[in-house]
Amino acid sequence: MNGLANASLSRAYRENGARIHAALVRRFHDLDLAEDAVQEALVAALEQWGDTTPDDPAAWLVRTAFHKGVDRLRRARLHRDKQGVVAELSEPEAVDDVPSEDLFRQDDTLRLVFLCCHPALPFESQVALTLRTVSCLTTAEIARAFLVPEATMAQRLVRAKSKIRDAGIPFRTPDESEIDERIDAVLSVVYLVFNEGYAVTAGQNLVREDLCTEALRLVRLVVDLAPQSGPSAGLRALLLLTDARRAARVDAHGDVVLLEDQDRSLWNREQTEWGLAEVERAIRLGPPRHPYTLQAAIAAVHARAGSAAETRWDEIASLYELLADVAPSPIVALNHAVAIAMAHGPAEGLSRLDAPTLRGELDGEHLFHAARGDLLHRAGRDADARAAYERALSLVTNDPERRFLERRLRELA
Amino acid sequence: MQYLLMIYVAEGEWGTMSEAEQKKFTGEYATFTKAIVESKNLQGGNRLQPVSTATTVRVRDGKISKTHGPFAETREQLGGYYLVDAKDLDEACAIAARIPGARHGSIEVRPISPM
Repeated sequence: MNGLANASLSRAYRENGARIHAALVRRFHDLDLAEDAVQEALVAALEQWGDTTPDDPAAWLVRTAFHKGVDRLRRARLHRDKQGVVAELSEPEAVDDVPSEDLFRQDDTLRLVFLCCHPALPFESQVALTLRTVSCLTTAEIARAFLVPEATMAQRLVRAKSKIRDAGIPFRTPDESEIDERIDAVLSVVYLVFNEGYAVTAGQNLVREDLCTEALRLVRLVVDLAPQSGPSAGLRALLLLTDARRAARVDAHGDVVLLEDQDRSLWNREQTEWGLAEVERAIRLGPPRHPYTLQAAIAAVHARAGSAAETRWDEIASLYELLADVAPSPIVALNHAVAIAMAHGPAEGLSRLDAPTLRGELDGEHLFHAARGDLLHRAGRDADARAAYERALSLVTNDPERRFLERRLRELA
Repeated sequence: MQYLLMIYVAEGEWGTMSEAEQKKFTGEYATFTKAIVESKNLQGGNRLQPVSTATTVRVRDGKISKTHGPFAETREQLGGYYLVDAKDLDEACAIAARIPGARHGSIEVRPISPM
């Protein structure tokens, strides 16, 4: 929220933005109009609030935005009437006599989330729209987070909103069976938002740390909206446990610290406890073999180990085996091989890594060669390890990881 | 015999035409439509919204999948169509999923352009 000097306004918008947007989309059936109206209401609040904040800031914003929106509708109608087009605009349901608590409906936010994550929209638009409308980030912030020019992001949002309008994507409450079916799309959006924030290891870019926090906020929202959904609990657990390690992941120079070298006292204890409880809940709600729940269970094994040496790699290896079954991917196979190496010795892991199929799929990935280098070193084959690290170095694209690989090579010498 | 005449055009071209050219073009469509109405050939027809509004519905193993974008697989060919009235995209997709062909082929759901 740039330019929002008024702290209470900023807080009211941040905490209630999603349901404010949702309440207006319900009345106007138009995401664009709702968004413009909310922007106008924020400007009005900035001018009018001064030292006195209304009793219920969120209700004030909805009422004001509603009037701004109606004004816009009337102007548009006038414009069309002048052009000789007969406009059929029904007046939306009024707000002035509605008590503040009835301005919002409980499932408004759920509807908004499902609207933004509708599978008829391209995935990247679902992500952008969710961050804009549910998380209330500005277009500029979203563009920065995804490293695209602001104009590109603005265009993406415009296209998404046109499709919602032109294709008739509805703002409605999904029924029970649809929630199950569609929640996966919502969770993938949250997962991506988190990864975008977490994949940057340099830790300098605040916007990206914001993305981690935003993903945690979104996943909590989804869990609140669909409390019986096991995969949602699983994803929340995974994000809590992974994010709890954030402070230990990067050292003072901005360099990567591997899990086994991390100072575990820097892990966020409280968040870890929540995460562990949430894994249990995810398993209870089921299915226990859902990819998010399995990944959370793996993170939980790390979280429970007092030190790297105490890690139950045998448990992790079994969990990866299950994960490879429900969500096979070369990266999962790579992690599985590493877990096996840690549990049963490097030779067994190496033979999996060197299986022709996996090698073929991952030969262009620096992670593969770095993991191989590590296992070769553990097996006492330092010359081979050096070659593997050099290959990794020739493929790496980001600076902190390059410095990490260079350090490893120096340690071998 | 009844025939479906499918109009394939590059959508982008419309935007590159001058207003006069566009007017001329729509005029030609109007003339053509009027002519086939008078000759009693016309059974029905519509202009479609651009492909960016399309959604593709498939049913596999009893599960409905909806993906954004037009149907684009050269292995399958247009085999028929239904024109339906539905209250929103979700209802249209739910109807599409009931078409037997959705179980082995794909149904592209595209809104009709308001004339």
